[in-house]
Order: sequence, then structure tokens, then C-alpha cells
Amino acid sequence: MPNLKSLFALAVLCLAALVAGPAGAQALNVDIVGGVKTATPIVVVPFAQNGAPLPTDVADVIRNDFNRSGKFRALARSEIVESPSRGADIKFATWRLLKQDYITVGRISDAGGGLLRVEYELWDVNKQQSLLAQAFTAPAGDLRGVAHQIADQIYEKITGVRGAFWTRIAYITAVGLGNNTTYSLIVADSDGYNPQVVARSRESLLSPSWSPDGTKIAYVSFESGNSQVYVQDITTGSRQLVAAHKKGINGAPAWSPDGSKLAVSLSFVGNPEIFVIDMASRHETRLTNSLSIDTEPTWSADGQSLYFTSDRSGRPQIYQMSATGGSPTRISFEGQNNANADVSFDGKLIAMVQGNGNVYRIAIMDRSLGGQVRFISPGPIDDSPSFAPNASMLLYAATEGRRGVLYAVSADGQVRQRLVLSDGDVREPAWGPYRKR
Amino acid sequence: MNKTARVALVALLCIGAAACSKKQEVKPQPQPEPQPTTQPAPESNKYTPADLDTDACLRQRVVYFDFDKTEIKPEFQQIMACHAKYLQDRPESHVRLEGNTDERGTREYNLGLGERRGNAVSDALQANGGSASQIEVISYGKEKPVCREHNEDCWSKNRRVEIVYTAK
Repeated sequence: MPNLKSLFALAVLCLAALVAGPAGAQALNVDIVGGVKTATPIVVVPFAQNGAPLPTDVADVIRNDFNRSGKFRALARSEIVESPSRGADIKFATWRLLKQDYITVGRISDAGGGLLRVEYELWDVNKQQSLLAQAFTAPAGDLRGVAHQIADQIYEKITGVRGAFWTRIAYITAVGLGNNTTYSLIVADSDGYNPQVVARSRESLLSPSWSPDGTKIAYVSFESGNSQVYVQDITTGSRQLVAAHKKGINGAPAWSPDGSKLAVSLSFVGNPEIFVIDMASRHETRLTNSLSIDTEPTWSADGQSLYFTSDRSGRPQIYQMSATGGSPTRISFEGQNNANADVSFDGKLIAMVQGNGNVYRIAIMDRSLGGQVRFISPGPIDDSPSFAPNASMLLYAATEGRRGVLYAVSADGQVRQRLVLSDGDVREPAWGPYRKR
Repeated sequence: MNKTARVALVALLCIGAAACSKKQEVKPQPQPEPQPTTQPAPESNKYTPADLDTDACLRQRVVYFDFDKTEIKPEFQQIMACHAKYLQDRPESHVRLEGNTDERGTREYNLGLGERRGNAVSDALQANGGSASQIEVISYGKEKPVCREHNEDCWSKNRRVEIVYTAK
């Protein structure tokens, strides 16, 4: 049996090598709808730079991050009337007149060996006080990453909350029609740039889930005919088959916060039930026992409990249970049905898809407010809410005409940014964890 | 297809063929003692692989469902009966029941719903004489729509179980 298993794993690996091609060249268009008048005004002056033009406008990337967050309103580049590049050159009266609270200035210089040195400063306009002064050294190809890290530092300095711009997202694309459809699992920057193909298949891919260390993605593939759960290393491309019962569904993988377990929904027992797979031993433990559909498990941040979708009451609703099993408790009571929960890092917010009639919208339940629910998406066919690691924003999938698109939305629902793939259908977003520097 | 057309079709198939020993659904042959249901069907009444392409009932391979429902509607009972009879007549035959849903609801939940529909068809086939070992259920959820508009007309076409013969 182990021999057979390893043989199969080898075959799967070879297949993975075949299907996982080089990086996809598709870019996502960025389009912000809505905005917040109360957001903090900040100016990010174009960074001074000598020599050849750079592939990335660092200040522009930072401005877009701020605007998308809903917490900041970055002054449009056309209104930036002066271009200081260090604190000593800032004329504060100018920016006070433009009603800006903060100003970021910076400069990029050659650090030798093909590297660039990016320095920036953050100043409080009213107090004329320096708040941050930092430097990064990176190759030109990584300037977007540097810009996101600068945005994170400024975001944290001003709001007190760790920024989550320097993170990655995963999603699925379907390109082509009918039997000619190609499905891809893609990893990109949080703003949709730098998309990289992680896996490709002629059959459906779904439900990507990031390992907590950001090195692996678990997902469902129909490439063998039936649904199977794979875990793939996103840098090496190597992958393992972790749930492949011949009978029934193998679906809905979700990593435990410590990375040691994978919760899944398996139906080889007759109907979909929640199981937990220990990643070291591959032992499967069954947690639910009902005649209903139990699926879409997701872990609480402390790993002590699981949330999942079940229609044991008739319609799908969200339930919570101990991660070791036991009796589940229903937690969603508003709307006709609720499914596909995602929990914020602090456990306070639970995002879910709420269906009423033919309208499916993303709803956020605030557990600290007695389970009060508010909508953050307009519908009508929204799915797959996924919190940023700091819970300031979410990703979700929407359908516009015949294509799926992704939105990033601020957690208060005030600002939405559409990420549109130029051709094909985008779905199943999953926001990755914080990255290690 | 009406009775005359069916007889004509069967007759046409049999022209000049020595192998006219196939099943004849309309079977007007007088039986000595009419004790229909419990009696095993005579050899001549058994389905053959050719019937999958010609028999009006067997050619129907899609079962449609109401929204959020898994019950098999009365109009599909006849289809269940003839496919079950085929499975019974041809023990070496095998079907894959592919469960599908409309686009409403989440992907993973719809996988479950598609499977439930596949299981409903499987149960009906077994209740009509098919064997569990001849039946495999797979769910595609909402991954394989046949229609992509966002309206009930389209949704009703997508809520379906397709009967696929993997061995005839």
C-alpha cells in the first residue's frame, strides 16, 4: 500500500511538473469604486531618482495601497505641487494649505551590484515632526515589494495596526469555453500585480487555502475526474495528494493556524462530513456525524474551534464546533442561508456568504456586537470572502455578466477595488498570511 | 416517439438481420400466462447496447431537478425504470451519475448538493433493479454549467444529473 501510494505521488509530481508552466503574463486591472471622505489625507511625493527610468513608480504603488485601504486618502499626483525628497526640503505650509495630515518623501539611489537603495521619511504635517525614516536595499525587480513594505510601515505608524499590503493572494482563473477551458491556480501580490501560475489543469480547480507560513497552498482539483485535495509548494512546485478517496467528494481544505492539520470535507462515508487530516501521519479524524452536507470548514485563529457550513437545519447555515469534535452550535440566524465562513485573526469578525432569494452577498458578523450582521458587497452572486491577515480588508468573488471578477473591499465596506483579469473568469480568492522579511 | 414510429424503427433495424432477437418494447406477442412484473423477462426482451442509441427511453440521459431539491420528479420515473432495466439486463454495464447544480450558492456546498442529486438517481436506479456495483456517483457542483445566463430558465437546465454509460 505505501509503495502504491508513493508511486502515485511520484506520478502526480511528474504531472505537476508538466502542468505547472512558467509565470503567467496576465495583469490585473485595478479599479477603485467608492471612497471615504473621513479617510486620513496623506501625500506621497514621487520619489527622487537619478539615472535610468525604473520599472516601478514606488510612490504610485504606495498611494494605491492607501486608497484601497479605505483608511487613507492619498493626494492625487496631479495635485502634488512640490517635490521634496527629504524632510529638510518640505515646506509644511504648502501641504497644510492642501489639508494634508501626513507627508511621505523619498529617494532612490544606486547601491551597486545591481541593487537600489530606497529611503523614505514620514512626517506629520501639523506638528512638523518626523515619524519614520527607513531604508531598503533591493533589486529593481522588487521595487513593488519595497513599496508595499513602506506602505505597511506607514499604515502601522499612523493607525497602530500592522499593514497587510506586502502580502500575497491566491485565486483561480478559468480561460476558454467548454472543453477548451484551462484552469489556473495563481498567486499574485495583494494588489493583483505579479501573477504567477502555481498549477494548471484542464479540469476545475477550487478552494485554495494558504498554509500559515505562506509556503504551500492546499486546493481541490478535478484533474483525475473526481475531486481530490492537493498540497503544493508554491516555490518548488512539488505537490502531494492528501485526500483522494475514490468514492465521493474530497474538498474544502483549510489549514490549521499551526500548519499541522488540514480540515477537509469528505463524503466517502455517504454524505459530506468534516474531517481533520494530521499532516505528519496523514491520519483522518472524523468530526461531524449527520445526514446533512457538512463542508467549508475554517479554523478559529487559536485553532481551538472550527466553523463550517451545514444544512442540518434545512438550509445551509454556519456552525461552530470544537476542533476535536463534539456537538456543533449554530451561529448564523439572519437571512435565508449562510455559507463559506472566514474568520478574522482576532476572532471578532466572521465573514460569510448570505443568500436571500436569488441574491448572494458578503455579510460580516461582529461577534462582539452579539452577532450583528452587515453587508459589505452588493451581490447578486458574491462568494468566497477572505480576510487580509490584519482584517482591515477582504477579498471576495463576484460575477459580472458571464465572468467572475475579484474585489478587495475595506472591512467597513466603504471602499471596493475590482481586480479584473483581461480574459476569462476569476474566482475563489484567498488572502495569504503576513510575509517574513 | 409514438408507437407506430417505434415499431417502424425497430422493424427497420431488423431488416435482413438474423439477429432480430432483440428486445421489443412494444411486444405485442401473446404470452401464454400474463403474470408480468415478477416474471423474469424472456431473453428476447432484454436490452442490448444498440438500444442506448435507439430506444426512446434509454436515449434520455438527463434528469432535471427543482431548486434546492433532490427529489426525482414524476416525469423522470420512466427514465429511471428503463435505465435500471438496462443495468439489470446487462450486468457488465456501468454508469457514472454526474450531479450538477445551478450557480446559486457556494462552490463547495454545491458539490454536496450535486452529490445528493446523484445519490437520488442512484437510489432510484437501485430501487428499480440496478445494482450498486454498477453505479458510480460524481459531483461537479456548479463547475460544469450547460447554460451561463443568470436566470431561472438557465438555472433549470443546470440542475441536473447526467447518466453516462462507462461500460455498455
